[in-house]
Amino acid sequence: MTPPAAPGAVPKIRIRGLHKSFGDKRVLDGIDLDILPGTSTVIIGGSGSGKSVLLRCILGLVEPDAGTIEIDGVDVLSMNRRQAEATREQIGMLFQNAALFDSLPVWENVAFGLLAQRGTRRIGRAQARALASEVLTQVGLDPSVGDLRPAELSGGMQKRVGLARAIASRPQILFFDEPTTGLDPIMGAVIDGLIVDCVRVLGSTAIAITHDMASATRIGDEAAMLYKGRLVWQGKAASLLDSGNPMVDQFTHGRREGPIGMELRR
Amino acid sequence: MASVLDLVARIGRGTLSGVRGAGSLTLFGLNGLSHLLRPPFYWRAFFQAFAEFAFFSLPVVALTAIFSGMVIALQSYTGFSRFNAQSAIADIVVLSVVRELGPVLAGLMVAGRVGAAMAAEIGTMRVTDQIDALGTLSTNPMKYLVAPRLLAGIVALPLLVVVADILGVLGGFIVSVIKLGFSPRGYITGTLSFVQTGDVVVGLAKAAVFGFVIALMGCYNGYHSRGGAEGVGAATTSAVVAASILTLAFDYVLTELFFAR
Ligand SMILES: Nc1ncnc2c1ncn2[C@@H]1O[C@H](COP(=O)(O)OP(=O)(O)OP(=O)(O)O)[C@@H](O)[C@H]1O
Ligand SMILES: [Mg+2]
Repeated sequence: MTPPAAPGAVPKIRIRGLHKSFGDKRVLDGIDLDILPGTSTVIIGGSGSGKSVLLRCILGLVEPDAGTIEIDGVDVLSMNRRQAEATREQIGMLFQNAALFDSLPVWENVAFGLLAQRGTRRIGRAQARALASEVLTQVGLDPSVGDLRPAELSGGMQKRVGLARAIASRPQILFFDEPTTGLDPIMGAVIDGLIVDCVRVLGSTAIAITHDMASATRIGDEAAMLYKGRLVWQGKAASLLDSGNPMVDQFTHGRREGPIGMELRR
Repeated sequence: MASVLDLVARIGRGTLSGVRGAGSLTLFGLNGLSHLLRPPFYWRAFFQAFAEFAFFSLPVVALTAIFSGMVIALQSYTGFSRFNAQSAIADIVVLSVVRELGPVLAGLMVAGRVGAAMAAEIGTMRVTDQIDALGTLSTNPMKYLVAPRLLAGIVALPLLVVVADILGVLGGFIVSVIKLGFSPRGYITGTLSFVQTGDVVVGLAKAAVFGFVIALMGCYNGYHSRGGAEGVGAATTSAVVAASILTLAFDYVLTELFFAR
């Protein structure tokens, strides 16, 4: 057994040798990744490169074929169901398509995780409603939006409600799947600021997937690029635009010529 | 030779996947039921599902029951007219409605209406990641979505069948009194003297089983749907078909169990 590392050096999330295929399509092909507590990591990569699948594996929504995923040093893949559920409750997730509950009004969507808390953390509906209004304001939505149904919102508004729902219960770990896609540039900057606040002020650990390089450098401390099922580059988010890695360069500058050819997706 | 082997292999594969499906359905049902025993219980979800089952299905079930009662009265009159028709018709109407037609027709109507709606709703939640989102919000989807619906089916269908029983008898009464000219009082005393508590209770027990089966098929097919709107459509269809077939199959089994002596 390896001796326990010094406190602070234990990664919040530690992934080793993660593999996942759908049929004969290899999506994740040996991912090794450490996410330190209180940092935010952006993951970039082409469409269909497996970014969302990676997050879903950590969340336990997709079962990997091989590899280990540790959260706070405990392997989540070998946990029993109850432990896994308890671990998952510490993770807030903004889904790529927002995944709002369309049978509930917006405020109940935002307060859903709060209302689900039991025991000493249990809160009443009035209190939950007030908290929901607060979080809605944070994501730039008027509290009156709380009475609407998700179907009555624009795509960008749905995204922000999804974000509000993910951060409302102040989870220790936050996953954002393309948080600013579909938002105008100003609102995008507001949301980036909010994500940064979650990490700086609340001390959460965040992973964000994004295709927006401006947003990536604003949100991220660390960055990683996923290509063909592997992390081909890891470094500081600030160095994304001049990383010296030809693949990252091509990607972040959106060049057609370079090591990444346009492959047709199978 | 090769084609025979091929056929055998295909039958084998089909059987295996059938067994696997039955097993996973059973586990799903037991898992759903087990959540009823462990708190928390989602009352709002239960009442919503209950309203969907009982209240919104009431008109369809009521009309079906009334017309069936009328048809039975009319049909049996042609067979019995020469003998003691009046009491015989009351007898046949009440027994067939309470033992068979009430539960089965209510079951089939509700399967088409509520089973489909459940599969569509849960299926949409599945393909739009809403079920995955539940898990990240401290909520077990089996407990939140499935358990309340199963209980709603078990409770609501017997209540619907009580209504169906009464209206079915009323249908027979209407035809007997208005069309065939029997005495109203005679028809009612006839009905009351033939119907036994056991018949009613078994009819209601059947209804509870059908309600469970319908909710289960709606939830199971919705929960396991994949592939966008098309997948949800397919899930809805299989939920209705499976619930209808299983309702009739369980009807036979329960009849064999309780009435065949
Ligand atoms: N449940 C699934 N079944 C089969 N294949 C899947 C499934 N989920 C994802 N895939 C496949 O895995 C690959 C990676 O998907 P993923 O959603 O992770 O892409 P992504 O990197 O998030 O892309 P984008 O930037 O477009 O969101 C895709 O080719 C997709 O077809
Ligand atoms: Mg994605």
